[in-house]
Amino acid sequence: MNTLILISVLPILLLYLGLYKAKNALLPVTVIGLLAAIGFAVAEWNKDVMPIYHGMMYFDRFSVAFSVITILSTILIILLSKDYFERISDHVAEYYAIMLFSLAGIIVMVSYNNLTMLFIGIEIMSVSLYILAGIRKKDFASNEASLKYFLMGAFSTGFLLFGIALLYGATGTFSLDGIRQWVLDNPRNHDPLLYTGIVLVIVGLSFKVGAAPFHFWTPDVYEGSPTLITAFMSTVVKTAGFAAFLRLFDACFSSIADFWMPILLVITIITLFVGNITALYQQSFKRMLAFSSISHAGYLMFAIVALGAASKNSVFVYATAYSIASIIAFAVLILVQQQSGSDNFESFNGLGRSNPFLAFVLTISMLSLAGIPLTAGFVGKFFMFSAALARYQFWLVIVAVINAIISIFYYFRVIIAMYFRNTDRVQVSTPAYYGFVLALSAIITIIIGVWPAFISNLI
Amino acid sequence: MSVSILLFLPLIAALAVLIFKGQTAKHAALLFSLVEFGIAIAFLTQFKTDASTQFAVDYPWITKYGIYFSAGIDGISMIMVLLATLLVPVIILATYSHQYKNPSVFYALILFMQAGMLTVFTALDGFLFYVGWEIALIPIYFICALWGGENRIRVNIKFFIYTFAGSLFMLLAIIFLHLQTPGNTYDIHDFYNLNLDQQKQTYVFWAFFLAFAIKMPVFPFHTWQPDTYTEAPTGGTMMLSGIMLKMGVYGAIRWMIPLAPVGAYLWQNTTLGLAIIGIVYASIIAFKQKDGKRLVAYSSIAHVGLIAAGVFAWNVNGVQGAMIQMFNHGINVVGLFFVWDIISRRVNTREIGQLGGIAKVAPKLALAFLIVVLGTVALPLTNGFVGEFLLLNGVYQYMPWASAVAGLTIILGAVYMLRMYKNVMQGETNALTATFTDLTGNEILVLSIIGALIIFLGVYPQSVLHISEAAVNNLVHVINDKTTSTLLNLPPKQ
Repeated sequence: MNTLILISVLPILLLYLGLYKAKNALLPVTVIGLLAAIGFAVAEWNKDVMPIYHGMMYFDRFSVAFSVITILSTILIILLSKDYFERISDHVAEYYAIMLFSLAGIIVMVSYNNLTMLFIGIEIMSVSLYILAGIRKKDFASNEASLKYFLMGAFSTGFLLFGIALLYGATGTFSLDGIRQWVLDNPRNHDPLLYTGIVLVIVGLSFKVGAAPFHFWTPDVYEGSPTLITAFMSTVVKTAGFAAFLRLFDACFSSIADFWMPILLVITIITLFVGNITALYQQSFKRMLAFSSISHAGYLMFAIVALGAASKNSVFVYATAYSIASIIAFAVLILVQQQSGSDNFESFNGLGRSNPFLAFVLTISMLSLAGIPLTAGFVGKFFMFSAALARYQFWLVIVAVINAIISIFYYFRVIIAMYFRNTDRVQVSTPAYYGFVLALSAIITIIIGVWPAFISNLI
Repeated sequence: MSVSILLFLPLIAALAVLIFKGQTAKHAALLFSLVEFGIAIAFLTQFKTDASTQFAVDYPWITKYGIYFSAGIDGISMIMVLLATLLVPVIILATYSHQYKNPSVFYALILFMQAGMLTVFTALDGFLFYVGWEIALIPIYFICALWGGENRIRVNIKFFIYTFAGSLFMLLAIIFLHLQTPGNTYDIHDFYNLNLDQQKQTYVFWAFFLAFAIKMPVFPFHTWQPDTYTEAPTGGTMMLSGIMLKMGVYGAIRWMIPLAPVGAYLWQNTTLGLAIIGIVYASIIAFKQKDGKRLVAYSSIAHVGLIAAGVFAWNVNGVQGAMIQMFNHGINVVGLFFVWDIISRRVNTREIGQLGGIAKVAPKLALAFLIVVLGTVALPLTNGFVGEFLLLNGVYQYMPWASAVAGLTIILGAVYMLRMYKNVMQGETNALTATFTDLTGNEILVLSIIGALIIFLGVYPQSVLHISEAAVNNLVHVINDKTTSTLLNLPPKQ
C-alpha cells in the first residue's frame, strides 16, 4: 500500500518542482522516489497479507512482483529521458508527473481485488497515456496517435465497463472472491449475463493489451508517440495489462475455462500471425517493434489460455524478459534516430563498426526477443511452451513455433544491417545514462537467461 | 575430475581471447584449444571402456522445472569429445594463413561454438542438450555471416532459419517427454524409462528427426548445406562439416532412437530410404560440380548419408561404424577443405576446370592431397575403409539390397574424388598453376597431422572402436529389447 501512496504523492511533488523551475532535481527525485517505492513493495513481500479496504486491494506476492518489475522498467525508461524531454517540450515536469500517475494506475491494476478497482486503475493509466501520446502538441503524428488512442481506448473501456456491469448483474458482486465463489457455487448455471460479461471483459482487456483483432490502434499510436512513450506503453503498460488480465481469470473464472478458453485460443492464434506477418513487411524499426509487441502479446496469452499453477510465473518471467529487451531496443532506436534522423532499418547499417557497444546490446536484445537460449527471452518462451504443452495445446504450440521461426527474419534483419552492411556514416555516440541503462538491461537479460532459477520461483 | 572443466574452459577461453588484440589472438586461441585437447586426453587415460557414464556432474539449475546441469561421458560421448577437441586446434592452425578482420572475435566465436558442441556431446539433461544445441548455432552464424563470401547474408539466414526451425520442434518433443516423466524431470534416464504408446513415439520421433536430419543433413533437408559451406570462411566450413554436423548423428544415437524406439522402428524403412536416396543423389550432383569446395560439400552429404543409414539400421555394426566414421569423416573433410583453401588462396579460383598440373610444382601438397582423397574414398588401410565397411555391414544386416545401393557411395565417391584429384593435380601446368608454391610452415603441420591420423586409424581402427564398443553394445541391445517387448505384434512398417 505504501508503494501506491508514494507513487501517487510523488508526481504532485514533481509538479511543484516544475513550478519552481527546479528542472535539475526532477530526474533524481523521480528515481529516488521510485527506488523507495520498490523498497516499500519488497518490504511487503512474503508477509501474510490479507485484502485491505473492504477487500478492494490485495497486495499479495503477485502484486508485489509485478509492481517491482513495472517500477523497475519505469526507472530504466526515466533514466533514458535525460535530455530527451527537454528537446521536445518546455514543460518537463509534466512528463514525469503524468508518467508516474500512469504508473500509479498500473500499481492499482496489478493489485486489485475488486472489479471497480480494476476499472479505476485502467482509467488512471489510460487517461495519463492519452496525454503522453499527444504531448508533442505541434506534431501531427503525435496528435493523431493521441486521438486514435483516446477514441479506441474510450471505446474499449466501454466494453470493459459493460462487461463488469453484466458480471455484477449475474453474480451480485464486484469482489473477485465473491465472483469466484458464485461461479463455484453455480457450476451448472449457464447464465447468459455471466458469459456475455466474460466475453465483453475479454474484448475490453484485449484492446488494452493490443491483442488481435483489437490491435488496430497499436501501430499508429506506437509510431506517432514520442519513442520513449512508446517504450513505456509497449513494456510497462503491456505487462500491467496482462497482469490484470491474468489476475481476473485466475481468480474468478478458472473453473469455467471450457467456455472462454476457445475464444482466447482464437485471439492468441490471430494475434501471433497478425503481429509476426505484418512485422515482416515493415521498413521502419519502430513500426516493426510495434508489430512485434503484438506478437509478444500473443505469446503472453499462452499463460492465460493454458491457465494453471505456473501461469503467474510464466507471465512474470516473459513480461520481464520482453520489457527489458524492448527497453534496449527503444533506447538504441532513440540514439540512432537522433543521430541519423530516420528510424528505418537502413539507418542501423554499419552500427557494428561505428558503435560496437550499441550493436552488441541490441544484438542481445534481438536474440532475447527471438527466444535464443542463454537470453531471458528463451526462458520466457520455454515456460510458455511448457505451460501450453502441459495442457495438451499441441496445435497452439506448433503455431507458436511457426511464428517464432517467422520472427527470426525481422529480428535478424537489424542484426544483419548492423554487422553485415556498411555505410560511411558519422559516429553514433552513447551518453552515459544510456550506457548505464543498456549495460544493466543486457546484463539482466543474460543473467535471467543463464540462471532463471532466482526469478522463476517468485510467485 | 568432472566434465564441467571441459565445458567451461572453452567459454572462459572465448572471453579471454577477446582481450588479445590483432593476430596474437590466434596464438592464444590455439593455446587454449590445445589445453582443452590435453584435458580430453587426460579424460581418455582415466576412461574405463565399459558402458558406464563417467566424470558425471549434476548440479541443480532450474529445479522447479526439473532442470539440472547434468552431463557425463560414456564411450559414445568420449569419441565425440575427442573429435571436437582434436579438430578445433587443427582448424585454428589451418586458419593461420588468413588475415581475418577482428581476429579476436573470430577465434572467440570458434571457442564459444566449441563449448556449445561439447555440451551437446556430454549433456544428460534434455534442457541442457537443447541449450548446447542452440549455443553452437549462434557463433557459427556470425562466423559465416561476418567473414563469409558474397552471398553470405542470404545464405546464412536460410541456414539459420532451417536449423532453428528443426531445433524448435525438438524442443517441443523434449518438453513433451518431460511432461510424461513421473517426476517431471529432464533427465535422460527418466526419458529412457518412459513407455509411450506408438502414436506418441511417432510424434516424438519425427520432431527429433526433423532437427537432426536438418543438421546432418539428410535428403531432402540438405538444401541449406552446399550454399552455406561454399559461402562460409574456411574455418567456419571446417567447424560445420568437421564437428557440427556430427551433433545430428550423435543426437540420433543418444536421443532420437532410444527415446522413441518404436517410432524409429515403424519408420525405419522411410528414414533409411531417405538416407540412401541422399547418398546416391549427392554423389551424382557432386560428380557435376565445377567448384571444388562445392564438390566436397556434396561429397559430405553423401558420406553423412551413409553414416545416417548405419544409425537408422540400428545394430551394433551400424552404430559402431557410425561412431568411427564420424571421427574419420571429421578428419578427412577438414583435410579436403583445407587443401581447397590452400589452392584457392594461391590461385584465387576453385574452378576445377581451370586448374591442373599442380603436382609437378607442389609435390608435398600432391602427396598430402592424395592421402586425404584416398582416406575419403575408403581405400583399405586408410581410415575411411573401416568405417564404411562396418556401416555397409550394418545396413546389410537390416536389408541387403539397401546395402547394395548404399555401396554405390564407394564407387561413385571414388569416381568423383579421383577425377577431381586428376584434374587438379595431374596433367600439364597452365598459366595459373605454373607459379604454384608448395606447402609452407603451418600447412605442412596441419596436413601431416591429418595424414598421419588417416593412416594410423586405417591400420589400427581398434584405437577408436574399443572406446565406444561397450557403450554401443549396451545401448543397442537395451533399446532393441525394449522395442520387441513393447511391440510383440508389430504393425507393418511404413
